[in-house]
Amino acid sequence: MVKTLIRVLLLLSVALNLPIAQANNKSLILTGSSTIAPLAMEIAKRYESQHPGVRIDVQMGGSSRGINDARLGLTDIGMVSRALKPTEQDLTAFLIAMDGIGIILHKSNEVNTLSDAQIIDIYTGKINNWQQLGGSDLPITVVNKAEGRSTLELFLKHFTLKNSQIKAQVVIGENQQGIKTVAGNPNAIGYVSIGTAEYEQTLGTAIKLLPMAGQIATVESVAKGYYPLSRQLNLVVNATPTGLLRRFIDFAQSAEVRDLIDAQFFVAPLKMDSNSG
Amino acid sequence: MLSNSNRIDRRLNGLLLSMVCVTALLLALIVLFLLSEAWPFFANREPDGTWLQLFYRQNWYPLEGQFGMAPMILSSLAVTAGAVSLALPLGLGSAIFLQFYAPPRSAQGFRLLLNVLAGIPSVVFGLWGLTRLVPLITSWQPPGASLLAAIIVLALMILPTIALTSASSLASVPKEMLTGSMALGLRRNTQILHVILPAARAGINSGVLLATARALGETLAVLMVAGNVVQFPSGLFEPVRVLTANIALEMAYAMGDHRASLFASGLLLTLLVWLLSWFAHRVNQVNNREIRGG
Repeated sequence: MVKTLIRVLLLLSVALNLPIAQANNKSLILTGSSTIAPLAMEIAKRYESQHPGVRIDVQMGGSSRGINDARLGLTDIGMVSRALKPTEQDLTAFLIAMDGIGIILHKSNEVNTLSDAQIIDIYTGKINNWQQLGGSDLPITVVNKAEGRSTLELFLKHFTLKNSQIKAQVVIGENQQGIKTVAGNPNAIGYVSIGTAEYEQTLGTAIKLLPMAGQIATVESVAKGYYPLSRQLNLVVNATPTGLLRRFIDFAQSAEVRDLIDAQFFVAPLKMDSNSG
Repeated sequence: MLSNSNRIDRRLNGLLLSMVCVTALLLALIVLFLLSEAWPFFANREPDGTWLQLFYRQNWYPLEGQFGMAPMILSSLAVTAGAVSLALPLGLGSAIFLQFYAPPRSAQGFRLLLNVLAGIPSVVFGLWGLTRLVPLITSWQPPGASLLAAIIVLALMILPTIALTSASSLASVPKEMLTGSMALGLRRNTQILHVILPAARAGINSGVLLATARALGETLAVLMVAGNVVQFPSGLFEPVRVLTANIALEMAYAMGDHRASLFASGLLLTLLVWLLSWFAHRVNQVNNREIRGG
């Protein structure tokens, strides 16, 4: 009877402690960017299968939450889909992959290139018809991302815009929703992850990726670091990693997970050993 | 024997009472949770009264400190009103057809169809709306993702609720009423419109209330087809963002006051649904008094 009670109490204490990150060598928690989460889950699955007894839990919640949780010690590793800001230098980032944001139009659109200035004019509503850009006489449907998404943040930063300046006709959440919206609307312009867009293109979805500043929007150009509208996918920790934490980060940066990065349509960084800082 | 059944009654009474208490407690806890999560937003803005901007400002840029929800409140109401006014005649018509006009076999088939329609998950409606309905509207009136698309998708979703609850409340009208009105020699449509429908009004009302609450609370399907631009619903072809879609779009990425303001909008939604059910309750009361009085 007493034994059972002790067992139940032990079980309870384990159950209650689960959400809090623990510096043991049996389990890890990752929280943050929903862009990185699917990749992190695949990497975690492979790591778990190679190291029986280890449990790795991946939870989404956005890059800002990844930073926050890592800083407060609520998680072992934060997932952050951008480089660390100057105010975040108390954390250490490990680059595991690159992601590019591509401007997409409907396949039937006659416009094939847009300058940065033209994209800004479209998104701020100064240009509202494709005719002004050499296309057919059709109103432009501007597709923007919802507030708080790191894709939006990167887009705004690149074009030095504020979200309140953008005059959108459609606001979307996930990349897939953006691709379906543009594929279903010949007048639309939007931006999504290049990996996702390139994959959809190979499936024959009615979209096309525009080049940026003369660089074609491909996974390859992102990997080489030529493509301007790109971002880092980082694992972030708040102290020098040791033990299981160190081994997992090393694994995530090793060539062993390259096929997983490719399968998620991200781009493996060319220098796998560098800290992105 | 008697005392035995009394004891069972008492036990059952206690059990049911505790169940009711648990349900009530859950609701109270949810509201408390919403209040505590939304509190920072109100606390930071209470001294200078700027929290009221939720209700009258029209700019929603939480990261730039602008928290106007008025356009989203109105959009939620417009989408719901549109969907209900589209689904109510269709649903009620279906119910009357099902109950009084359809031959038994096709009534069975039609009822099955409505049940299947009621069982389709909202994400499927949303996907259909995004890939079929929105492009169709785009080819006519760009940008396509609009108030109209949201109304049509929502109307389809709540149609079976209205049809099935109306049909069952029509079926539960006492047979004597029907036979009595037949004996008076009333025409079929007079029987239905002036005898059966008024008698079933309370049931139909509660079905419509259920559907309205569902329309107000539906998130995913509306998120996919409404365009989600924060602006007043000025036309059927204009994109709008509803309160629920706003929460779903931004909650995963929100921090601090932004997050608290989203919980405040959740509180607002709960309040709207309460107001609605109170209103429906009042309408029913007035109706009952009229029937009794007449």
